[in-house]
Order: sequence, then C-alpha cells, then structure tokens
Amino acid sequence: MKLRGIGHSRSGDKGTIANISLIAFDERDYPRLARHVTAARVKAQFADLVGGDVIRYELPAIGALNFVLHGMLGGGVTRTLALDAHGKSLSSALLEMEIPDDDC
Amino acid sequence: MKTIRIGCGAGFSGDRIEPAVELATKGHLDYLVFECLAERTIALAQQAKARDPRNGYDPLLVERIESVLPACVERDVTIITNMGAANPVAAADVVKELARRLGCRGLSIATVTGDDVLDLVAGGDFAIAETGAPVATLRDRLVSANAYIGAEPIAHAVAGGADVVITGRAADPSLFVGPLAHELGWSMDDWPQLGRGTLVGHLLECAGQITGGYFADPGYKDVDNLSRLGFPIAEVPEQGPAVITKVAGSGGRVTPATCKEQLLYEIHDPAAYMTPDAIADFSQVRITEIDCDRVAVDGATGRPRPGLLKVSLGYRDGYIGEGQISYAGSGALGRARLAACVVQQRLSDLGVRPDDVRYDLIGVDALHGERLSGANREPYEVRVRVAARTQSIDAARRIGNEVEALYTNGPAGGGGAAKSTREVLSVASTFVPRALVSCTVSCEVI
Repeated sequence: MKLRGIGHSRSGDKGTIANISLIAFDERDYPRLARHVTAARVKAQFADLVGGDVIRYELPAIGALNFVLHGMLGGGVTRTLALDAHGKSLSSALLEMEIPDDDC
Repeated sequence: MKTIRIGCGAGFSGDRIEPAVELATKGHLDYLVFECLAERTIALAQQAKARDPRNGYDPLLVERIESVLPACVERDVTIITNMGAANPVAAADVVKELARRLGCRGLSIATVTGDDVLDLVAGGDFAIAETGAPVATLRDRLVSANAYIGAEPIAHAVAGGADVVITGRAADPSLFVGPLAHELGWSMDDWPQLGRGTLVGHLLECAGQITGGYFADPGYKDVDNLSRLGFPIAEVPEQGPAVITKVAGSGGRVTPATCKEQLLYEIHDPAAYMTPDAIADFSQVRITEIDCDRVAVDGATGRPRPGLLKVSLGYRDGYIGEGQISYAGSGALGRARLAACVVQQRLSDLGVRPDDVRYDLIGVDALHGERLSGANREPYEVRVRVAARTQSIDAARRIGNEVEALYTNGPAGGGGAAKSTREVLSVASTFVPRALVSCTVSCEVI
C-alpha cells in the first residue's frame, strides 16, 4: 500500500534545505511508519532531487516523523529554475512510497 | 488566571484580507498579528526603497490596515505587523495618515527599527553561511542585509501603550512572543516560557495553514467550507496548554491533524528551533482535541537564546527567462519532446549560453523528475516549459521568444504560449553578534 493510506504530510523549505513531515492519521500506526520509512528509504525516494544527507527526527508523542533533506538541487527557493521552487509538492511524492499492507 | 487571545490575520504578503476582518470584528481578540515577510520579500522591498525612499514597505499595507483599523480601535485590539519590511518608518507614516483620515484620534503607533544591518555587514568581516565565502565578495550585487530581530522591542512597544506596532525583519514567531511576554509577565530570559510562546507563534504565523488551509485532500483529509477559510486564534494562559481555535462559523477546521502539520512546517530539529528569543524545544509537544475546532497544545519549552543573530542577505544574481507552450491529444507527448529539442538546438545555434537551463514537461515530469513521475504514460495534454538562468536580460528574453516562436516554427498544434523574464534576487545568510544589532522603538500618538 501507499503511505497515503495511513499518513499525511506537509513540506517546505529553508534555503537549500527541505523538510517533509510524515504524520500517522491514527497514532497506533506510528510504529509502522517508524519501521518502514527510514532516512535511507527517503533519500532513495528523492535521489533525483536531493544531493545531500537526509536526517530523520522522531516525534512519538504526536505520532510523527520529520525528514530534513539537505542539498536540494537547483540552489534553493530564490534561484532555482524548478517549477515548484519551494518544494511544497514533495509531501505528495513521499506519500507515494509503498509499504507492506499489514504487518501490525 | 489571565488568558490572552491573539489572532493571525495574514500568513504571507499576498494573503486574503477578509479573514482578518472577521478576526477583528468577531474574534474577541487582544492582539491581531499580520506576518507578511518571506525570505525574499525583504530584498525586493529594499530594491523598492532604493528607487523611492518613501517606499519599501508591504504593498498591501494600506489595504490591510484600513480594513481592520476601525474595528480594532473600537474593540481595543492591538495590531502587530512586520509589514514595515525594508522601511518601517515610512510604513508608520502611511498608517498615521490613514488613521487621521479614518478619524482614529489618540492612536499610538510604534515603529521598531534596527534590523537593517547592510552597512555593518557590507563593511565587516562576515562569511556567507551557505558557501563560507566572505560577504564582501558579493560587492555591489548585495542589495539587503536584515537581521532577524526578536520579541524584546515588540514587548517594549506594547508595554508603552502602542495600538499599532510596525517592524521590519522581526522573526515570525517573535511577533507573537512580544505581546505574550508583556501581557503574561515573562522575562526575556525565561527560556521555558519563551519556548511556549514560540510554539504559539510558530503555529499561528502561517495563518490559514493551521485552520485547514494547505491541508485538504478529498476523501483523505476533508475540510468544510474551504472557500471561506477562517484564520486562527490562540488562547494563551499564564501556565498550561494554549488552545488553538478560530472564529465560530468561519470555514475550515482546527484539528490535531492540522496542528501537527503546522507544528512540523519548516522545522528541522524539533528539539532545537532557533529564534532570536530562545532555542525552542517542540520535541515533547502534546496535541489534544478538546472540542470541535478547539485543540490544546502543550509541552513546549526552551533553552537560552543564540548569541548570534541570523541575517538574511539579498543579492542580484542574474536573470531568469522562461517560456511555456501546450500540446494536446494523441501524440502530445512526442510533439512536446520535439518542441523542447527544437528550442534547445535553436538556443545553441543562436549562441545563447545560459548558466543553467531546464526543460520540463508539465503534467508529465516537471515537479519531481522522470523516475518519480513514471513519465512513460501518455497524457491528454502536456505543457512544455523552458527556464534558464542568464547573465543578461537580453539572453533571458531569448528563452521565452524561442518558445513563443514554436507557434509557427515548431510541432503541430502548439497553443497557449506564454513568456516572462525577471531579475533574480537570491537570498543567503550570515550571522552577526547580537551586541552589534541595536533596535529602537519610537512611538507617536496622533
């Protein structure tokens, strides 16, 4: 299944760094997100768009993860040629990620 | 226990006006904040000020203030805004004139200055944070340098009885922390309380983004009456949870999910959110629904503020030229790809050598590239986009011209061509010692 089935997301930028949140609709699904959506998988998902490290922060109290993507290609919001200069649509790409259907 | 009601009437410079009027008239507010400065906005405003010393403030300043001032005066709501942008003094003059015209006598208007550090940074030994190069290497391309100033001067202004506070580059959450610190008696080294206030400011600063804006996803995340989206209010007591809500009857919704999305919006390490007032820690924040459109937020704290202030540098960085044209029906993708190849060849033949160029197929691969998009399916319609960064405006114009010329010189059926050129104002940052930035609050009663 796609992450979109159990999680929601919002993304934004600061300079050449983007962040993408991933929040469980139901906090009981947080362990699934934490297990399957690793920093390495997110880096692989965005390999064409991100040059640097991906760091994952965990917020179990609200059932959420926060991914910080360093080195967005194109040089950041003010000079990039990208159509979505702010990386606002990255959230939708993260939610496309496939995870196993049921492993609760 | 004293509780302050603070609302956010704008989350960016182009934001809607009506929700702020709704907040001013029906929100039972103590404070109404307008956050209107993005990273690049201040650099654009500095350019406007360079052309006309009486300009350089937010283009919608008069429209926004005029729409809420009578209601705010009548209900004793204090207005706080960074719409001063590059020129808070000129902005205050305009607001004074507006207040006189509206017959608002006895209004106290405060101006916070000191964030403009262009002379300090241009003449000093500072490094660009992103590259490590000296700021001085930007030379005459540097058009602005504004330090992110904190809540302290704003708190002073409201303590002095200001009805309207106008700042330049104050940090977004500080616009909220200032009045909260004054009203709730927080000292400027009470880091846990400043961290609490920063959480409230961070949640509210994008206005509709916490009340259901930027959230709706039909079937997954439904939002009622999005077209009449209301803007947020925080009820902040001296201790304990703050409550995020909105005007009853307005569109949108406030739920734990909208609050969580905004909590993490443009946050890196949730345990170390850097502001001029404190290093806020949101890592243990709890979010609880207590009623319809009422969500309690609690658990933020803070550590001592950084010794350095971040400075946003705006500099001229060449030009961007762009052109777009659409193709439809069977074979649209093939004709769009041919169009892109033709433009590429023509630019090369003409000797146009952009610093950087990209060819996008909007509807196919423009946002996330070929791999994520699975770009092999055949869409009904495709829009070709060519964008390039160039050293001269003339070279930038060639980009759009060559796309437009596809009408009569390209593949079959191209329609809806559009072109544009713009000067690029890039933003970088540096850091300066806090002691070198001194803010001044000046107040005038009209």
